[in-house]
Amino acid sequence: MINVQHISKSYKEIQAVSDISFEVKKGEIFGLIGPDGAGKTTLMRILMTLLIQDEGQATMGGFDVIKDYKKIRKMVGYMPGRFSLYQDLTVEENLNFFATVFQTTVEENYELIKDIYIQIEPFKKRLAGKLSGGMKQKLALSCALIHKPEILVLDEPTTGVDAVSRKEFWDMLKKLQAKGITILVSTPYMDEANLCNRVALMQKGKVLNIDTPQKLVENYTRKLYAIRANDMHQLIQDIRAYEKTDYAYAFGQYLHVTGNEDDVEATEFESYLIQKNHTKLEVFDIHPTIEDVFMDRMGEQ
Amino acid sequence: MKQFIGFLRKEFLHIFRDPRTMIIIFGLPIVQLLLFGKVINSDLQDSRIAILDQSHDNTTQQITAKLLSSGYFLMGKELLASDDVEDVFRSGQVKMVVTFGPDFEKTLEREGKADVQLLADASDPNTARILTNYASGIINDYVRKEKMQNVQLPNQINTEVRMLYNESLKSVYMFVPGIMAMILMLISAMMTSISISKEKELGTMEVLLASPLKPIQIVLGKVTPYLLLSFINALTIMLIGYFVFGVPIKGSFVFLMTESFLFILMALSLGILISTIAPNQMVAMFISLLALMLPTILLSGFMFPIENMPLPLRIFSNIMPPRWFIVILKNIMLKGTGITYVWKETLILMSMTFLFIALSIKNFKIRLE
Repeated sequence: MINVQHISKSYKEIQAVSDISFEVKKGEIFGLIGPDGAGKTTLMRILMTLLIQDEGQATMGGFDVIKDYKKIRKMVGYMPGRFSLYQDLTVEENLNFFATVFQTTVEENYELIKDIYIQIEPFKKRLAGKLSGGMKQKLALSCALIHKPEILVLDEPTTGVDAVSRKEFWDMLKKLQAKGITILVSTPYMDEANLCNRVALMQKGKVLNIDTPQKLVENYTRKLYAIRANDMHQLIQDIRAYEKTDYAYAFGQYLHVTGNEDDVEATEFESYLIQKNHTKLEVFDIHPTIEDVFMDRMGEQ
Repeated sequence: MKQFIGFLRKEFLHIFRDPRTMIIIFGLPIVQLLLFGKVINSDLQDSRIAILDQSHDNTTQQITAKLLSSGYFLMGKELLASDDVEDVFRSGQVKMVVTFGPDFEKTLEREGKADVQLLADASDPNTARILTNYASGIINDYVRKEKMQNVQLPNQINTEVRMLYNESLKSVYMFVPGIMAMILMLISAMMTSISISKEKELGTMEVLLASPLKPIQIVLGKVTPYLLLSFINALTIMLIGYFVFGVPIKGSFVFLMTESFLFILMALSLGILISTIAPNQMVAMFISLLALMLPTILLSGFMFPIENMPLPLRIFSNIMPPRWFIVILKNIMLKGTGITYVWKETLILMSMTFLFIALSIKNFKIRLE
């Protein structure tokens, strides 16, 4: 459904995306995972025909993003990273406006947006600018869906949205997927990667890895330890100074640490840290998450 | 078409929901017109003057009476010594001092001439010039009529002055066309450029571009509401000018409105052009205000006569659209002339419109870059 071949794009000096290739199958939820500045937005704008790539080709639903931009604009629903609806129009007016822009009516495609719209319908007379973050996202999604798009492109839809709304939002995406819509979604939240069928880990304009979230984790074979102590600040400095540490970073209440060799044991870290006078020390094996995979791949770059 | 109507509805909602826009569109024209028409009035009436009469004879008293009954002057103070002149000017009590020398009547009768000194406060040069002109006119008139009746001067030439098209020299005749040009420029160019760049700034342009809307639909949808509102404004200004200030409309009203329509179109296309350059509302407003408003006021011949400007500015004023529009307006309203007299100006406005539209189309991006 979406085909990206060796896409590169730079703004003046800065290389925003370089040589990116991937393919999204019909009915798939494909995630672009990476921190700010990874090039997710640029890539999406190229696919949305809003920017022209310097090199490479891309097609959406079989249409070329440069030549057939008009056709793509008709069949794709887009939700930009910033809330991009009219804040001085009401919920209802926004929805009606986008319906007419796409030459359809709210009634005609109500079935598709019903599940989402029903949650904001009680506020339909409220100005969009006065909605909460979660409701704004729902409205934006409704507007992006109003013309029954075959592909949905969502740029960081859950940024700045509370945890409950985020979960609801992903439930909605799953439902849309069940209706056969192909979804390309970007997010800086690693935990959301597990909700995608496949993900591309992105960093500084490059794709580090493309796979299903499960495979990504399975393929991570290195030993990973979670370490905790009373003085976390001192802990991270000491552990990074240790010659057997490959890398260490804070993850929730623990440090995730990998040794520079796979045979570095938990006990080695433990005795080193005891020697450094750390108290309430906890060191144990853990299973990697997507974030660990990401940090590992980033370290290799 | 449904797309377009939907877009128009949205635009009108934006306009009616934004109090600032509403004030600029509907409040500003009226306030400006009343301000310029009533308050910033450059016509002179009731200026205070002081008289220093060193002869106190019949003639000087008659001249004083003439001056004071003209309607232009009021007696501010009667001075006794020439030392006081400085003081009255310093304290700002009067704008002009009229000094009659000693033995005025006698000298006049004996020698056929006498001296009157007019001292004016030229810290406001325009007023000073006008006051002294008025006063010398009145004095000369008096002397000629009252004193020279019996004297036969050989080959005397009397000049008779009549101010055509604005007999009483009312400045409001100048202001109404000027304000009309300014307001239409402001609303059409500034408001359109702001409303388009607002979409860019708030990111809604990104969604519009990613939709099947054609650029021409976006632009027309943005422009049409302001075209209508500006036209209503042109009418309002014209009506206030006519009914409140008595500015005549001697020529064809339809022709006047057609020319206004042309000017609005020109300003709108200029607004679109600005918005294609400006990345956000601030820049759009800045360009509109600085590059359009100030030159409109200063260089269009609205405030200052173009003939008096230094050569570079005179040449520069040629590219100011309001300059030509003001000429057209004055011709139609005050002289009652038709297209045969303003075809050149009309043609210039038309070419400017086409130029701006062509540049805007060239600059309008179907993508984000």
